[in-house]
Amino acid sequence: MATVFIPSLLHQFTNNVSQIDVEGPNVRTIVNNLDLKFPGIKSRLVEGHKIKPSISVAVDGNITPMGLLEDVEPDSEVHFLPAISGG
Amino acid sequence: MSKKTHVQTTINGEAVEFLCEPRQSLLECLRDIVGLTGTKEGCNDGNCGACTVILDGRTVTSCLVLGVEVDGKELTTIEGIADGEKLHPIQDAFLENAALQCGICTPGFIIATKALLDHNPDPSEYEIRWWLANNLCRCTGYDKIVRAVQDSAERIKAGG
Amino acid sequence: MTSIKDPKKYNVIGTRPVRPDGTDKVTGRALYGADFEITGLLHGKILRSPHPHARIKSINFDEALKIDGVLAVVTSEDLPDNPDGISSIAYGRGNILAKDKVLYVGHAIAGVAAIDPHTAEEALEAIKVEYEILSPSLSVEEAMDDSSEIIHENAFMKEFGEMTTTNNNIDEHFQHKMGNVSKGFEEADLVVEGKYSTVMVHQGYIEPHAATALWKADGTITVWNSTQGSFPDRDEMSDILDVPISKIKVVPLEIGGGFGGKIPIYQEPVAALLSKKTGKPVKILMSRKEVFESTGPTPGGYTWVKVGVKNNGKITAMQAELAFEAGAFPGSPVGMGSQCVFAAYNCDNQLVDGYDVIVNKPKTAAYRAPGSPNAAFATEQVIDEISKKLNIDPIELRLLNAVKEGDRRVDGPKFPVIGLTEVLEAMKNSPQYKKSLDGPNKGRGIAVGYWFNVGLQSSCSITVNSDGTISLVEGSTDIGGSRASIAMQAAETLGISYEDVNPTVADTDLVGYTAVTGGSRTTFATGYAAHLAADEVKSKMIKRAAKIWGISVDSVNYEKGQFSSKSDPMLNMTFKELAKELEGSGGSIAGTGSINPKKVGGSFAGSIADIEYDPETGKVEILDFTSIQDAGKAIHPSYVEGQMQGGSVQGIGWALNEEYFYDKQGVMNNSTLLDYRMPTSLDLPKINTIIVEVPDPSHPYGVRGVGEANIVPPTPAIANAIRQATGVRFNFLPINPAAIVKNTNGK
Repeated sequence: MATVFIPSLLHQFTNNVSQIDVEGPNVRTIVNNLDLKFPGIKSRLVEGHKIKPSISVAVDGNITPMGLLEDVEPDSEVHFLPAISGG
Repeated sequence: MSKKTHVQTTINGEAVEFLCEPRQSLLECLRDIVGLTGTKEGCNDGNCGACTVILDGRTVTSCLVLGVEVDGKELTTIEGIADGEKLHPIQDAFLENAALQCGICTPGFIIATKALLDHNPDPSEYEIRWWLANNLCRCTGYDKIVRAVQDSAERIKAGG
Repeated sequence: MTSIKDPKKYNVIGTRPVRPDGTDKVTGRALYGADFEITGLLHGKILRSPHPHARIKSINFDEALKIDGVLAVVTSEDLPDNPDGISSIAYGRGNILAKDKVLYVGHAIAGVAAIDPHTAEEALEAIKVEYEILSPSLSVEEAMDDSSEIIHENAFMKEFGEMTTTNNNIDEHFQHKMGNVSKGFEEADLVVEGKYSTVMVHQGYIEPHAATALWKADGTITVWNSTQGSFPDRDEMSDILDVPISKIKVVPLEIGGGFGGKIPIYQEPVAALLSKKTGKPVKILMSRKEVFESTGPTPGGYTWVKVGVKNNGKITAMQAELAFEAGAFPGSPVGMGSQCVFAAYNCDNQLVDGYDVIVNKPKTAAYRAPGSPNAAFATEQVIDEISKKLNIDPIELRLLNAVKEGDRRVDGPKFPVIGLTEVLEAMKNSPQYKKSLDGPNKGRGIAVGYWFNVGLQSSCSITVNSDGTISLVEGSTDIGGSRASIAMQAAETLGISYEDVNPTVADTDLVGYTAVTGGSRTTFATGYAAHLAADEVKSKMIKRAAKIWGISVDSVNYEKGQFSSKSDPMLNMTFKELAKELEGSGGSIAGTGSINPKKVGGSFAGSIADIEYDPETGKVEILDFTSIQDAGKAIHPSYVEGQMQGGSVQGIGWALNEEYFYDKQGVMNNSTLLDYRMPTSLDLPKINTIIVEVPDPSHPYGVRGVGEANIVPPTPAIANAIRQATGVRFNFLPINPAAIVKNTNGK
């Protein structure tokens, strides 16, 4: 099961749990399963069928351009971060 | 719009005539009337040097000179530095020392360098930096530009 | 050993050839945005607000249209409606042409097209605008105060993508947490904290923004501009004007500097609307005053940092609060500043809060490692203070706590392979650091900083010409020589010489999607795309050689530009010879590459500054300066050095002189290059560079993006040097002569 790190501003959904193991072969399934456990958290991460534009998903430290479609290995880490840019 | 003035001048060794309004700067005349766009505008108030040209042997910021003032005078712009297809040693030195990144300040620096080396063929690093202090560059931090000027001096002394 | 270099040796990579666009740039022939000409061209100018905060009651341009030679006027009425009200597109349109309210001095209100720029300026003076003046907020403290006027009445503070019910000029609250900071501070033997403030500074590119737009009768729009990204520009034009991207073409011209400031578009949509009304192409050039007042500087604000350490120097807890000015619309880089503030330090207990604050100033834009320099100005001085209090060498203190592969950053992800330790070792062993600095009024300071590689998509296509050269088409606008570095990578992969690669930067119709030239991504991602395209060309050429020789593909060997048969030594030909045979053996060969990299590593940089100050005048002279950075693999070392030197000098200007000086009416008083004081050649010594190479394993050649991290450590390094020299620690910028004299009492 992948380890999902809960952003501190969303700890209100998880009773202050900061990381949790979640099943799923890809980010979409993991987010859905996370929402089953902590109802309402999905609406903070997803807009329509995509990750919200202001949020990036990192799997094993790598920000993925594929968002919800990214595959996740059983021992992966999943992080949700504010999107970065550059100058 | 006021009546235009007829200006007769020499630019890069060639006779050039044009009509301009008294309010038009030399920079504007070069770029928009004569069609020599190599000289650049960065600030339009004499503080960046991107518009530097040589007027009767002196460097000037062409944004602070009026077009009507160059009647009967001689101008050198960046377009006149190379000899046909053969680059000037200063231009070669800038290229080989990677002394440009975005290149917008480069025409002004090359003109200022030419004026410096015509006047002082063997400048110290301090003299180079002093002479170029009115040419702003935001990309390079000036290091490779100074090295290019030092290299230019060597190349010219060695026969270019 | 003064540096760590990647031991891999290449044929082309690591050499210093002349760039292909060089001749045009030293002869004045290169075409930048302002140089563009086209038949029937009109000239546009923009009317801008004289007030920092006001409601627009009416705009009357009847008199302007009566002026001979004035052909059209546009306002926000000509932009599409905003049915959603608050959205990033509504905000975007609001910055292009103010709707209902003006939110900063310089905010665009109307655009005019005329037969020449002077007539356009006359027209601006004839436009009458009625305002209801509102009180402005000109700092984060002012904006966040309960008594201040709310600038966006319908916007509420967001937290992780969700609106709260707080309406207080704070647009967004970021937070990152790791471990338990309270416990960490309890375990500390020493705790140091400080609040560090900065003000707005500008990227300072020498070329003002320039764009020409043509809205044709068939509904297509073409833009010719100086830009850091033609594809993102096309996306933005599409959003702002509500026109499909298939109808928009952006043709990038050469660009005279960007540093992040030419990622947003400003006058392009106004020029397009004027073109729509007049049926002619319209060119709009910004003046230097407009560049300062109406484009995006980087924010001011504050960073408060608190660090706890054991007596041996090991950090036990780190906490920060950052509040940055977004300007008139949301989007300061405070989120990224929050991720970078402690990026160099391995510590299990961290808490960072960041606030994006709306103020009545221009909407901020990215400036080289946006947010990170502001944050490092605080952290690196607190660490410096700790090194003094514990009497530990500042580099040793950082080595003790330096992040390595596998350590976590406060926002969560573990660092991949990263070269901070190597950068610190290189600093320790550098000629400057080993030299002693003697004499009164002198001081040495060091600092380190971090920036990401943003990844993002790049595309490239390569065609083999019959003379054995290749034409390489890519979409990354070239601000600093990237077209050379990209060509070098293609040449290396193909085993041909650099001189046989002809690179072109293409418009949005000619190459696949390519993201901005920025975010330290270009040499990495577009180089990677070029490598993939070259690889495809290579395998097609191998197949063709096999076909010509009548042998299997596996029997063909290709090395250093030579095809040969593994079984028959008589069979061989060069890349050039095979290129000549292509037409008669099946047709020309081309390859494409496209990448949207998932794995990217960031870059750490360090600065060492030796200064001397004059107690009487307060002037600080830079005696010696070294920039050290992990480039992964320096493709073209001269251009890597150039990035390090350029970023260092921008940092030096930021530390010592640059600032947006506002009066109480919210007007910037120094919007010229005389009074906005950027470094000149006379202000500086040579800038030493030490390139460290800890290759990024996620790139075929180990490249790390180097454009940005080098601007992060200079301001704190100089502040630390000034602390050393004067005994005074400056917790604000710029540390200009007046500030030195006032705060050191001529010590």
